[in-house]
This record gives sequence, structure tokens and C-alpha cells, in this order.
Amino acid sequence: MSKLIVKDLVKIFGKDPKKALELTKQGLSKKEIFEKTGQTVGVLNADFEVQAGEIFVIMGLSGSGKSTLLRLINRLIEPTSGKVYIDGEDITAADGEKLREIRRQKLGMVFQRFALFPHRSVLDNAAFGLEIQGVEEKERHEKAYKALELVGLKGWEHSDVSQLSGGMQQRVGLARALASDPDILLMDEAFSALDPLIRKDMQDELLDIQSKMNKTIIFVTHDLDEALRIGDRIALMKDGEVVQIGTPEQILTNPANDYVERFVEDVDMSKVLTAEGIMKRPDVVVTTKDGPRYALRLMREKGLSSIFVTSRDRKLKGIVTADCCVDAVVNGYNDINRLIIPDVPKVSPDTNLQDIIPLLADSKYPVAVVNEEDRLLGVIVRGALLAGMMKKGGDEDGAA
Amino acid sequence: MVLPKIPIGDTVAWLVDAADEYFGWLFDFITDVINFLVGNFTDLLIGMPPLIFIAIVALIGWRLAGIKVAIGSVLGLFLIWNMDMWKPAMETISLVVIATVISLIISIPLGIATARSDMVHRLVMPVLDFMQTMPPFVYLVPVVILFAIGNVPGLIATVVFAMPPAIRLTGLGIRQVPKDLVEAAEAFGATEGQKLVKVQLPLAMPTIMAGVNQCILLALSMVVIAAMVGVGGLGGMVLRGIQRLDVGMGFEAGLSIVIIAIILDRVTQKIGGKRKTTT
Repeated sequence: MSKLIVKDLVKIFGKDPKKALELTKQGLSKKEIFEKTGQTVGVLNADFEVQAGEIFVIMGLSGSGKSTLLRLINRLIEPTSGKVYIDGEDITAADGEKLREIRRQKLGMVFQRFALFPHRSVLDNAAFGLEIQGVEEKERHEKAYKALELVGLKGWEHSDVSQLSGGMQQRVGLARALASDPDILLMDEAFSALDPLIRKDMQDELLDIQSKMNKTIIFVTHDLDEALRIGDRIALMKDGEVVQIGTPEQILTNPANDYVERFVEDVDMSKVLTAEGIMKRPDVVVTTKDGPRYALRLMREKGLSSIFVTSRDRKLKGIVTADCCVDAVVNGYNDINRLIIPDVPKVSPDTNLQDIIPLLADSKYPVAVVNEEDRLLGVIVRGALLAGMMKKGGDEDGAA
Repeated sequence: MVLPKIPIGDTVAWLVDAADEYFGWLFDFITDVINFLVGNFTDLLIGMPPLIFIAIVALIGWRLAGIKVAIGSVLGLFLIWNMDMWKPAMETISLVVIATVISLIISIPLGIATARSDMVHRLVMPVLDFMQTMPPFVYLVPVVILFAIGNVPGLIATVVFAMPPAIRLTGLGIRQVPKDLVEAAEAFGATEGQKLVKVQLPLAMPTIMAGVNQCILLALSMVVIAAMVGVGGLGGMVLRGIQRLDVGMGFEAGLSIVIIAIILDRVTQKIGGKRKTTT
């Protein structure tokens, strides 16, 4: 079951949302509804599911309704219609008491301008959520210490928050959200107020923390690079509507409409596409039991000048070239193992294109894509790389 | 054309009479309570040896506002003692303290209410404007009718006069707490009460303290007017000085009021100011 389900969520700002709500059902746009009723549509028919452990990015320009959508999830803003389910439980139907309970237990939130309490120490800021829950001082301080250590603020517990830099303040914000150990983190432009270098550090830090804690993270941002960097999936918003939901690669290589395409056209594909996305499936390989004669025939058939050699369980052994094979055949060698050049460029499936380019440039062989066990998953040749750069991705079987 | 006169004045007079007739028991009760409080507190202050009182004020001044304020307070109080104004000064301080406490008991919750509800805000603000612009002499008369001459009408008039800034500044302080901080408290599941106690009130504290400071000073500024309805103390001395054309006594009493005002102002101002630097 999905951790979070958002179903047909609508938010209309104004005094008479009912009439505007009717019009949204007739499929009118935000602009038309505003002209007819004077009501502003904040979020229109948002519909998505987020799996446990996923980083789900909501992206859009300012005014696209992304922060509103985030606040509809924990009902800091009341939805006009629609449902939000967390672990199958309907949040929109919860009464005040129940809602507080859910906010305390399951939802942590991180704010754009940090929203730290200036009258509290770093430690008491981090312990705020637990204090609200009535956890006794010793226990909540213990947990707050742990959360602060996790975000790299060990030793700063008794400082004043105003003494900290922006990046450190947001670490406190993150620790505050993590201290009560919620399942879901709602992050509202959490790193947007930080300068670029620190922002990147914080993104790394978040990914690092995520790999340890495995939270479900809903991350709102207006920064496409940030979305692509940290998002497992991205929901792109425009005028209150979710225009497209997909993995970073799907959004880049397969924009749902012109808007998305315009949005993503300036993205440096080499930073986004991964080896997995452009590699070809390694159909044409020889195993160590095959002879050089077979390898040569295969290369001739496929028009290759070299071919990868694997063991029978598909572990990469190296590469043999056509020249070597010809030599071997002429001289009567039958053992292919002596021809293998073991030193071939290898990358993991999640390597970025920008790191593969130099490998390809330096080597006369294709690049092998292998997993942690050295098993051959795919092959990247120059042509596939160029195709990837042209935003076409790998060919059909390569994208699997 | 002659328009008929709307009987506003008559109505108010009738209302006051009616209140006196039907709720006399209530006003008697209030009178008893206030007399009990003021009487005992005044007795306590007067009964206390001046040196001990001066030492206490010096200690409070030093802890809250620093050594300079403490030294100034000690010198000022010795001067009051020297001018033979000690007893009326204690009476005045007693009345001001009690009036301030009553004002704050009413105005801080009311200020919180105005911050939390736009409805209450809209209802209370015109009343405050009315209270602040109406000359105190005007409501002294009905208060005297209801509570008779003495400390009580003086104290009630003082409370009415001193409340508005405390209400306004409490409300303002809470409304000025940054929205995202309140949102953060809500997002972590704070109840309304927790939001108020853990976030809004601490952050509004400098502004609320400014309101408390204003409240004290306004209460003190009422002592001469209150003296006209039978309150003793320094106000009474000033009034006697005016009536007897005794310039010396009037000045000494006036100077004593100023000294007390400065001490109270410096001490309470520093409480608010100190918080401001850490927030």
C-alpha cells in the first residue's frame, strides 16, 4: 500500500469556493475560473501516490501551487475538496485531536525560512516536537541530541539559533523534524534560501540521511536541478495543476507537453542521464568457454571491432579485440582467456553521463556497465552516448 | 427647524442610577475586596522600615536593570524619605501596584483575545479608543456614585485609564509573531494553548513588557486626578499644596511622584529591553 495517497485534491482561495469548485469539475482553467468568480484556484485536482521510502519532489515556478499542495497534506491549509490518505487513513476526515496526533507522530516539516524559535536554544528547538507531545525532558533531550548529531551539529546544542549560519539553521530545522521520528518529511523549499554551495551540501546530506533513515520525503522546490538531483520521482506543477509525474529521466526524455519541454530544455542532459538510461543490453558477448574463432564470427556479424568477455555467470572478465582474435586464429591458439584485456573502463548503472564522457574519450573500447558483483549489465558505445545527449535516451532494449 | 435633542446624557445618568439601585450589592462587594487589598498592602508597605524597603528596591533594580538603576533608585528613595513624603509615597506605590496588577489581569487575556479573534479585535478597539480619548474626569463622577468617595473609585478610574495600552500592545505583540513560526508550531501538532505559551507569548514578550511599562506609568499619572475623589498619598499632597497654595509641599510631592515614576520605568523597561537583545 502506498504511504501517501492524494486524491482529487482541490484548494480554492476565496469567499465562495463552492461555485468555483463546480466550475473546476467542468474542466475550466485557473484563469477562466478567476475571471468568472473572482476565486483563486490554489491546487486543482492533484492526484498522486507516494511509496514508503521515496523522495517525491513537487516542482513548479512560484505561484504554481506547490507549497499550497504541501500544506494541504498536513492541513496547515484546509482542502476545499478531495482526500489525503496517510497509511490508508483519511487525513481530511480527521478531527482536531486526531489531526494533531497524526502531525505529531507521522509528519515532520521543514520550512523555507527555517522557522526556528529564536527564544529557544538549538537543543530546545530540536526537541520542540517531542515537548509538544509531552515527552519528559530527559528523553526528549536525548532524542534531540541524536537528531542534531545526525545532521552534523554535535557540539552546538546549547548555542543560540541566531548565532548559526543559514545552512546550520536549516540543519536545526531538519533535526527538529527528525527528532520525533516521523514517517513522512514535508520539506517546503527547504534549501532555497541557502547559497548554492551550501545548498548542494545540504542535498547530499539529505540523501545521506535518507539512506540511513529511509523516510518518505515530499520535497517542494522551484529549482529543477535540485529536483533532478534528489527526486526519485518528480511532480511538475503549473497553475495549480500537476502537469506530469515521473522519474527525472522520464520527465527529461519524455516531456508530457510543451510546458514541461520548455521547462527542461536548458537542463544539461549529461548531469541527469545515467549509464543505465543509455546503455545497450549486452546481447553480444562471449563467455570464457567460447573460442576466438566464435568471437571473431560474432564480431564480423555485428560489425564490431571488439567484444566483451564474461564468465558463465555473466561476470565481466574483460574485452577481446578483433585483431587479437585474428592473430590467435592464425597462430592456432584456442584459449580465449589469454587474449582478454582485463583493463576496460567500467561504471555502475547510476553513474552520470558527465562522468562517462571522459572514459569514452580516453579509451578505444566501449564502456562496460556493471553492478556491485561485477556482473555485466550493459554496454555504452559512443553512438548511444551522443543519442543520449540529444535527449533520445538509449534505444528501446537499452532502456530496460 | 429645531431637532429634538437625543437624550444621551439623561440615559447615561439613568443607567448609572439604575446600576446603583439594582447592583449596589455587587459594587459594595467590589469595594470591600479592593479596600481589603489596598488597605493590607498599604499597611505592609508603611509598616516596613524604610531602609528595608529601599534595600529590596535596590536589589530588584540591580537584578533586573543593572547597578546604575539600583544606585539611582536608592538615592531617589532616600530623597523621598528626607522630604518626609515616605508615608504618602508608600500609599501611592501601593495603589499604583494594585491598579497595575488588576489592569494586567484584565488586559493581558483581553489582548490575547484580540490577537486571536478578528471579531473580538473589531469589538474591543473602538472601546479602547473611547477609553483613551474620554477625559478621566468624566468617568470619575459615575464611578464615585457607584463606589462612593475613597480609594476604590480612584483605583477603578486608574485601572480604566491604564488598561488600553496594555491591551493594544499585548495584541500587537502576538499578531507580530512571524507567521511561519506559528505555522511550524501547528505543523508539529501543537494545541492552541501550547502555541500560545511556547511560541506566541515568549516571542511577544518585549512588546507585552512595553505595554506593562506604559500601564504602570499611566497608573502613576492618574494619582493626582484620583486624589480628587478621595485617594490619599502623594496625589493628595499635591492637591493639598494646590488648595493651600503651598508651593513647597506641592513641589516635594510632585518630585516624589517623578522619582517613583523614573524608578518604575527604568526597571520595567529593562525587563522588556533585555529580552529584545536575545531574540
